[in-house]
Amino acid sequence: MFLAVFGSVEQGIIYAIMALGVYISFRILDFPDLTVDGSFVTGAAVAATMIILGYHPVLATASAVIIGFLAGCFTGLLHTKGKINALLSGILMMIALYSINLRIMGMTSESSIGRPNIPLLNAETMFNQFQNFWGSLGIDAAMNNFFGMMGVQYLPSTWGTLFVMGIIVLLIKFGVDWFLKTEVGLAIRATGDNKKMIRSLSANTDTLIIVGLGFSNALVAFSGALIAQYAKFSDIGMGIGMIIIGLASVIIGEAIFGTKTIVRTTLAVIAGAIIYRIVLGLALRVDFLDTGDMKLITAVIVIGALILPQYFEKRREKNRKAKRHAERLSTFQQSKGGAAVAETHPD
Amino acid sequence: MLKLIQINKLFNEATPDEKIALDQINLHLNPGDFMTVIGSNGAGKSTMLNMISGALSPDFGDIEIADENVTKLPEYKRSKMIGRVFQDPMAGTAPSMTIEENLAMAYSRDKKRLLRNGVDRKRREMFRVSLETLHLNLENRLNAKVGMLSGGERQALSLLMATFTQPSILLLDEHTAALDPSRAELITNLTKLLVEKDQLTTLMITHNMQQALDLGNRLIMMDKGQIILEIDEEEKKKLTIPKLMDEFQRIRGEKLTSDKALLTV
Repeated sequence: MFLAVFGSVEQGIIYAIMALGVYISFRILDFPDLTVDGSFVTGAAVAATMIILGYHPVLATASAVIIGFLAGCFTGLLHTKGKINALLSGILMMIALYSINLRIMGMTSESSIGRPNIPLLNAETMFNQFQNFWGSLGIDAAMNNFFGMMGVQYLPSTWGTLFVMGIIVLLIKFGVDWFLKTEVGLAIRATGDNKKMIRSLSANTDTLIIVGLGFSNALVAFSGALIAQYAKFSDIGMGIGMIIIGLASVIIGEAIFGTKTIVRTTLAVIAGAIIYRIVLGLALRVDFLDTGDMKLITAVIVIGALILPQYFEKRREKNRKAKRHAERLSTFQQSKGGAAVAETHPD
Repeated sequence: MLKLIQINKLFNEATPDEKIALDQINLHLNPGDFMTVIGSNGAGKSTMLNMISGALSPDFGDIEIADENVTKLPEYKRSKMIGRVFQDPMAGTAPSMTIEENLAMAYSRDKKRLLRNGVDRKRREMFRVSLETLHLNLENRLNAKVGMLSGGERQALSLLMATFTQPSILLLDEHTAALDPSRAELITNLTKLLVEKDQLTTLMITHNMQQALDLGNRLIMMDKGQIILEIDEEEKKKLTIPKLMDEFQRIRGEKLTSDKALLTV
């Protein structure tokens, strides 16, 4: 049980980077960007291919981020300069990336042009490089001792991945928070909020959409590159439904932690991604559910996250009204004896 | 400051709905001029404003701002020189962003947007001082989301944002029409105050005759895509609503008879 939740948190933190990307396109730019399904795989494919070809994992990951940025920019170009509907330009880019991803991974194969998956079993990744350093610190033993004493039986082999990913995600979070408060960031937010207005304030909304989508997909590709190294493989199908997972994280996070400020919302999105993974992990432990049911479970989680808050909000509203009504009724009855009727309406 | 030279615009060209939106419009505003524009619906007032702002481009004709031909300049570049307030109070501000963030975007209008903090301490102080001129207590709500403000407050903020960087041209498109009378009066007074403070060259559309007379030093009347009446500073001082109505009737009456004459021939 502990191990399952631990694994979910680890994965959730890596997927949180993707969720932040989806947050930027979906919420900030108000652009339902389906490129994500493709650009996530692109990130994984570029990183895996370059690692197999012998490049340093950090360089491979950085390249994945840049290619992801370009993919997002292209979707933006289709939408702004090509005047193609937002949803459609994302879908077109997603479908185009499918073939591109096959070709990218094909670069590792001498016999064929395309390749649907690359295993990274014995390859150097960012994680096992970090592990060499982390292992010498002895933190794992200390943590496991502590949890062992608390009575947890199955302990994770390392805490390093969780630790380093936590730091990376927080750095990205602070970066996003900062960026959205800069002059460019403000203009990007206004583009999603009120295009007409920000155009009248001399901002080129086309450029802002293109850059914003590039930024969003750079994060998505970064997440894909990390997941490939974490799971030790890259697969052409790993991006299917990624946009829904991203959206689920955003919606769950927002519903639980609120959206009062940007700083809070980005934190909520990260937490949402982790919670989603935990719920999914627990659901998969149910006997009659199979890993093939994952997408169905995802759909159910998203539907729940969309409907339940409405339901709770309605209930809360109803309770509040009933309480207020009761209060007014009691003050009315109290003052009925002598006081003027007018005073029963304090507001 | 602003010159429109023989502007023509057709809508729905080559369809049964073809409509002459603007017909040979010539207009010349000197620096500091405040011109009010009146006319019935479909007269082409808003179309003319959209031409100047760059939201629409003319079929023929040229537009000059501060002696620069801007006819081919895209909207977002032109808006460095043009402040705009729309009729809809929702249109001029970003609702999910705070008051200070909205002002920061207005402040960046004539500058290059960079990767630097949009709101710093120095700017916040400047925003606070400017908001005080509105007397709406907004200076104490810098971090409130604009979506929470009332229509009047939002329109006052839009007006402040439009004039913040002292644009070459200020365009007001019936910016008080969606407000209740007392709020409309507040915005009208604010308009006067802000325009006079910086001597802004202003073009204001209104459906309110009294407002058209009270504000500004020049007035034009439009009908069917043409400027049918132009009143200069001296005449405008003596103008009253009945006189304006008579004039309107006279010109329209003439036009009507001439149309009829055409039809009977």
